Order: sequence, then structure tokens, then C-alpha cells
Amino acid sequence: MSVHDATTKAALPAEAKNQFLHDAAEHVRDIDHRSFVRKALGGYYVTRDSQKAKYRDWEHARDAAALAKWSAVNRLDELLPLFVTNFEAGGGIVHFARDAQEARTIIVDLVRASNAKAIIKSKCMTTEEIHLNDALEKEGYVVVESDLGEFIQQLRGEPPYHFVFPCMHVRRGEISDLFQKHLGTEPTQSPEELTMIARRYMRQLYVDADVGITGANFLVAETGQISITENEGNARLTAALPRVHIALSGIEKVVASLADLAVLLPMLATAGTGQPMTCYNTLYSGPQKNDEPDGPREMHLVLLDNARTAILADPEQRDSLHCIRCGACLNVCPIFKNVGGFTYGTTYQGPIGSVITPHLRGLSDWNHLSSASSLCGACTDACPVRIDIHHHLLHNRRNAVRASPKRLEHIGHQLFAFVAARPWLFAAGGKLFRWSLGFLKKIRPPLLRQWLETRDLPPAPPKSFRQLWKERS
Amino acid sequence: MSVKASSAKDVVLARVREALQVPAPPPHLKSHDLQEAAGISNARPAGAVGTFKPLSIAPLDVARPWLPEGGQTPEERMHILCDNLKRLKAEFHRACHLQAAAELIFSIARQRDWQRVAYHRHELVDPVASALHCATVCIGEPASFDKRALEQCDAGITACESLVAQTGSILVSSATCGGRSLSILPPVHIVIAHIDQIVATLEDALHDAKVRHAGRMPSMLSFITGPSRTGDIERILVLGAHGPKELIVVLVGESP
Amino acid sequence: MQIDLFIPCFVDQMTPGVGLAVTRVLERLGHTVEFRPAQTCCGQPSFNSGYWDEARSVAIRALDVFEGAQAVVGPSGSCVAMMRVFYPQLLAGTPHETRALDLASKTFEFSEFLVEKLGVTDVGARFPHSVTYHDGCHGLRELRIQQAPRQLLRAVKDLELIECDEAESCCGFGGLFSVKFPMISTAMAEVKGGSLARTECEYIVSSDPTCQLQLDGWFSKKKMKPRTIHLAEVLAGGDA
Ligand code: SF4
Repeated sequence: MSVHDATTKAALPAEAKNQFLHDAAEHVRDIDHRSFVRKALGGYYVTRDSQKAKYRDWEHARDAAALAKWSAVNRLDELLPLFVTNFEAGGGIVHFARDAQEARTIIVDLVRASNAKAIIKSKCMTTEEIHLNDALEKEGYVVVESDLGEFIQQLRGEPPYHFVFPCMHVRRGEISDLFQKHLGTEPTQSPEELTMIARRYMRQLYVDADVGITGANFLVAETGQISITENEGNARLTAALPRVHIALSGIEKVVASLADLAVLLPMLATAGTGQPMTCYNTLYSGPQKNDEPDGPREMHLVLLDNARTAILADPEQRDSLHCIRCGACLNVCPIFKNVGGFTYGTTYQGPIGSVITPHLRGLSDWNHLSSASSLCGACTDACPVRIDIHHHLLHNRRNAVRASPKRLEHIGHQLFAFVAARPWLFAAGGKLFRWSLGFLKKIRPPLLRQWLETRDLPPAPPKSFRQLWKERS
Repeated sequence: MSVKASSAKDVVLARVREALQVPAPPPHLKSHDLQEAAGISNARPAGAVGTFKPLSIAPLDVARPWLPEGGQTPEERMHILCDNLKRLKAEFHRACHLQAAAELIFSIARQRDWQRVAYHRHELVDPVASALHCATVCIGEPASFDKRALEQCDAGITACESLVAQTGSILVSSATCGGRSLSILPPVHIVIAHIDQIVATLEDALHDAKVRHAGRMPSMLSFITGPSRTGDIERILVLGAHGPKELIVVLVGESP
Repeated sequence: MQIDLFIPCFVDQMTPGVGLAVTRVLERLGHTVEFRPAQTCCGQPSFNSGYWDEARSVAIRALDVFEGAQAVVGPSGSCVAMMRVFYPQLLAGTPHETRALDLASKTFEFSEFLVEKLGVTDVGARFPHSVTYHDGCHGLRELRIQQAPRQLLRAVKDLELIECDEAESCCGFGGLFSVKFPMISTAMAEVKGGSLARTECEYIVSSDPTCQLQLDGWFSKKKMKPRTIHLAEVLAGGDA
């Protein structure tokens, strides 16, 4: 079953979880793939560390970034309307969407109203979240992803593997074959030449497109500008040449002032890719002004809720809306590195995806992502805006138990608490366990079996510490 | 705006207000002073919507001493800028006067056999463009803008609003630098700037832009940090993904 | 100083030698060491599984057990993190909150207690072997202990400390995670274990007995040579 199916299916309870277990098991067996992804990330660690070293104090800078997002998210009631007013003063039109369906309808209607024939799109995870391309294609529109990684994934018929590095799992040879098949180009092993093939192919499309669709990384309340971060220049072109520019953004991306970007833009780049800044960080305040030579005649901004207000209503996890989608938490996550991006079956992979997906798609179906963690905390240390990521996995686990405790498991933990409250019983239970361990290893009851398949277990010592202590004194 | 959309707006804004009824704890910060300040300011009574006052100090004021260095003196700023541009794989030139800049670009154009170069009207750009021997396309009036013609050009020459030492970024705008496409569509982007345009930090560049365009922001402001690039194929760096493969910066003026 | 041992359930039942080693080191430094036999488990398994009510009752019991202690010292970063970091969260807003904060303020992981609290780095141990240090995640990231164990190891006579290239990576244990998601847990052990083995050290020193369980279990299954040893056992080793 293809991974794409997994993202859209999983309607039945437990199906998403079983798919996860199945895909994870498949994936960890693929040693080549795992070391390929690890190697691809190797360069990232080096550039990230050398760029971090340019900060006079990265940890303190993280404090500032966290404060910028914390104060904006907690003042969203004030800043979001302010942003809308200021943005509309620049001539752009704002549309609110309560959920994915409404956002799709708005965008499809806008595209229809513009009499578009060709649509070019730059990278935007929010459009993945609402499955925009499917909706547009169903209406008969051809949408081309212009970001190289997204373009490759589009040709492969797969969602992004990593929300910042969409095709980091694909080898150059596969890309060469893909281009040969779809674009009729000569095979090549050179990443440079492969990039140029995409560049040449895309050029005319920018010029011919009627509608350009982008995302947004920040919404600046003070000035009513949207900020877009990218490296390739495809978003710049997408927002320059077509007649109509449509941007889609979650409501949580608001920041208070332009000055906040002086902190957030460099930190997003450093955490995400190890750059001082990404190549293009662009602020748009509306369509072409009449004294400007070019630019779209119309600009629309669709502001999406889609369960963001539900996260906002949870003070404990509200900080997960601080996320600037840098991807740093994925890059350091041992789970991500070992199970790969598709196994998650979510729009947002990795630790932050495990935190927010239960809010977006339901806790009972998606809590297994929160359980699938050793809680090592590498993500939380990497996060430039100090989201308490790995503790939120604990919170999700607790919330899932509260919502629907599993009977057997619950009894197990009650029993455990009962024993732990009685030292004599605890000691006796321990003794029984140690005494029977050899036997247990032979009959391999569940849980112990899972351990023993890949790991040995040492024999139990004859005496416990409490016994030895007693003998000692 | 349609009736439906406006009602969605009301619903979403109402959800936001409702959600923020319960305050959230401040983030776990490294700095104890900040943590304290954030904790105190966060103590708002439940139900007091819209009274959230995060901190008396702006995040940027907190961050300023910790972000990468931008340089205290013009010499330092020049030094840091050059260093960053080099690291970013941008081509960097100094010219003591505009005439020298024009000659430099002329020779680059001839050497590479450029057929057509686009530019926009600007005191720093005009002399450079008019010294060229090849055909030129002037990007100016909206009515005459021809994206197909621009697409055929070998290079685009623009001015800029500022150069940021801290990050090696160049700030261009749609109002002062020939619109949106000129600096992104041609395969080579040439920036002609005066050394006085170097600023220390992103903060300075953003602040200056806000003052310069007070009340009427250009529809696009863009920080360009090195030539276009991608690492999408096996995380290997390739320049010139969709935007310019080359970024040539010419700084005009005597040493600071 | 009067020191109360916090012996996690796993150490009590499976690696009692670690508890004895801790005692030996502390006594050698001239301190009085106590063990309160009423202690059982810190409640982490239930806490991590989302059963916070059950974990809470275990936590409150632990507060009672360690009532009046001057300093509580445990040989596991993970279990100490449970007491120091998670008890206050678990009991926030309950009548036990102040007591939880009080216990948190006097609970220490073994290596940090020696270095930060007692100001000792040289405990007079000798260990003529090459070792590498495995950071347990809870010690490293919840308790921010990174230098203390290394300072202690560097002071050990005839010991050679070599760092591995994945020092900060998780071994994949993660409590029940190791049996609920055994394939991921094992893949993580492969990565960390591989990195540790590449140092070609004779011993892998750790401050978390459950990380040792995971790593030794994997090494043994793979018939690989290196074995882990607890930091306390290294420090308790032969007086120089
Ligand atoms: S959670 Fe933090 S580290 Fe992860 S993508 Fe978001 S901002 Fe980056």
C-alpha cells in the first residue's frame, strides 16, 4: 500500500496505528535507506553548528524567539484583527476559513473567478494539510509545484517526506529516471544538471501561469505584511509573474512587529538549514501598486483555522502554535531518522507532527505517535522557539488515557500502584520476578517477547539491594 | 468580501477570543530574569480578554546582544559584509566611483557575451546600463512591462535599499529596485550599491525601510542572501535553482 | 553529611551492585549513608504511559518516604528526573505541591551530587581501562548533567576517556517504549551501540542502569564485545 493512501485513509480507529507499526517495522529493516537519510543530514549538522557559533549566544537568542512567538500567540485576539486591517489597507483581500473544506472551496472559487488556465505553486505545507492540489485537480486545473523537492514529490505521486526537505529520501538516480520518464530528458548523475532540468522546465510555466499560490511564514500585524521564506527563488517568481497571487496561512503565524523578524528570520534559517538567512525572505503587503512596474493585480490571503483554535484553547499545549516549521526537531529526532517521514502518515512529520496531529485529526487515532517516543528530548533542545515538544508527548498520552483508558492496561497500572504502596509486597513481587525470570525467558510472555527478539536479558541477581542492605548492617 | 467569508471571520475570531480566556504559562527560558518578567506579566485574571501584556521589553531588545555581530564601525561592517558575501558564494567587487563600476560591468558583459541586459531607472544603475554595448531593456512603466522580454535577458541590474552586514543580505523593494521580477527572473543579478548603504543588522534594515516608506510600504520587500540555491537533491548544494545563479554585488565609494 | 539513598526499583531488583557502589563511594568520602526500606518505585512507568492518577499516588507515597531527608541521591538520571522535574508537575495544584518542590530541591543524581554539591571530582579511584561515556537522555536534557560524570572519569587513575560520535543520541530504551515499539527501540540501539562500539573502548560508562540494560542486551545479542558499567562502579573501583 502506498504511503499516500495512509495519509488520506486511516478512517477506522486503530488503522492509523497498525499502519504505523507496519511501516515502521518495514522501514527499520531498510538499512540502506536509514543510512542514506542519516548521511544526507550529516552536512546539515555541520553547517548548523558553524552558523550557531556565529550567534553571540544561541540559547539566549532562543529565549527572544520564544518570547516573540509566545507574546504574539497569546495576543492573537488583538493581533489577528490588527493584521487583517493593515493587510487590507494594502489592497489585498482576506478570506477566513474555519476548516480545510472551507479553505479549499475559497481557493477553488478564486481560481475559477480568475479564469485561470495554468497555476504555479510554491512550497506550502498548509496546502498539503488541506489537500489543495487534489481539490484543484478535481476541478480540472493543472497545478505545478515549483519548489524542486516538491516538484520531484509531485512527479513521484508522493507527499513530502520531510516538511522542509521534501525529497531527502530520494537518490539522484531515481530523480534522473523520473525526469527521463516525465520530461523526456537525458539521464544524468549530476545534482547540478538535474536541478537545471527542473529550472529550464519551470521557466516558461512561471511566465505562462495566471495564478500563483504560496504559503506564508509570518504575518506581521504592525505593517500588514506577509513574510515568505525560501531558498530557490520559486516563491519570488510565483508571487511576481502571475496575475493573481493567492496565499494560504494558518492564523497562528501572526507576529506583532516587523522588528520580531530581525530575530525570527535568521533563527529560522539557522535552525532549519544552517544558513545565516535563507536566500529569499520576502515581505508582501498586497498586489502591485500603480507606480510599480510589475506584480499581480490581485492578492488574496486565506487565513485558516482548521483546529488551530482548539490548540489555542489548551493552555498546556498552546506553545505548539509557536512552531515556525523549521524542521530542526525532525533533523535531530532518532525516531524520524529511523522510521522515515512516510511512516508517520501525517502532513507534519517528526516530533512536532506527533504533538499537533492528534489535535488536527483526533487523539484516539493519532495518540500512538506520542507513544512512539523514547522521550529523549533532542527535539525540545533543537527548537528555536522553545516549544516543550517532548513533554507534550507525555501530555497527549495522559489526555488519551483520560479520554479512553484501555481496560487491561489500566488494571495493570492500578496493580502497579497498589504494589508500589506496599514495600513488603513490592519486595515479595520482586523476589518472585527474579526467581521466575529464567522460566519467563523460556515461555516468553508478551512484552518480554518483544524485548528478547532483539536483545538479551541478563540473569537476575540472587538478592535484591534491600536484602543486601539488611545483611550489611 | 462575501457574506460567507465574513461570517467565517467572525466565527474564527470568536473562537480565538474564547480560547485565550485561560492564560498560558510563559515558555521555559534560559534567562531567569526574563522568565520572571514573563511570569509576572502573564498573571492576568481569567476572563480579562485582550489585556495580555507580554513584556515591557521587546523580544528584539532581548535578542540584540546575542544575535550574530553586525559591526560597530563602517570598517567592521564592510569587513563582515564581505566575509558573509564570500561565504554565500556571491561575487563581490569594490569600485571607487560609478565610472569604475560601469567599466567593470561592461567588461563582464563583453566577456560573457551578454546579448540583452535589463535594468531600471536609478542614479546608480543608469550610468552602468548606458555604458553597456549590448541591447538593454528598461523596466519602468507598468504598461510597458513585458515579462517575456525580461525572461530573455542575460542579466538584471538593480539598485538596493540596504546591505546587511550581519547576514550578507541585500534588501530590494518593488518600489525602488525595478519591481518584483527584475531581481529574480534573469539568471544573473547585478546589484549596484553605495557603501553608505551598508547597515549593521537586519533590525537596522527593517527599521530604515519602515521609515523610508512610512505609511506606504512597497508591495514587496525582499532580503536576498546569496544566489538562489537548493539542497533538495541528496542535500547537495546547487546554485541557481529558480532564481539567479549568480549574484554580483558592486559597492561604489571610497573605503569607509 | 547525612545522605539518603534513592534506589530505583530496577537497581533494587536487577543491579543491586550499583547501589552498593554508590554507598561505598559516599562512605569513603566520609558521609553517612542511609537507605529507607519503605521506598519502592518512583512511578515513572505509569507516568510515562499516561496513567497520571496512579503515578500521582506513587509520587505522594515517595514524598512521605523521603520526608525530612537532607539529601536524596540516586544512581539513575531518569528516576531522579522523575522526582525532580516531573513530581512538581504531577502534583501542581494539589496540596502536595510544596512538598514536591521541596523534595525536588534536595534530590540529586549521583554524579552531579559529587561534583556540584560536594565539590568532589577525584574520589581516589583507579580503573585501568579505556572507556567512553553514554549520556542518558534524562540526565542530559532534563537534569542538564553533562560535565559532572566526565570530570569524575577524568580524575580516575589510569582511565582513558574517549568520546563517541553520537554521545548525545538516545540508546532507545525509553521504558515501555522499548517493548511497545521494539523495532524502533532496537534501531536506536543499533545507532547508539554502533557509535559506542566504534570507539573500541573496553567499557561504556553510564549513569542509567536501564540504558545499560538496553545497550548490554543489544551487544550481547549481537555477540559484540563492549560491556557497560555504571559510573558508581568505576568510582568505587580499587583505591589508587
Ligand atoms: S517545533 Fe520547533 S523545531 Fe520543530 S519545526 Fe517547529 S519550530 Fe522547528
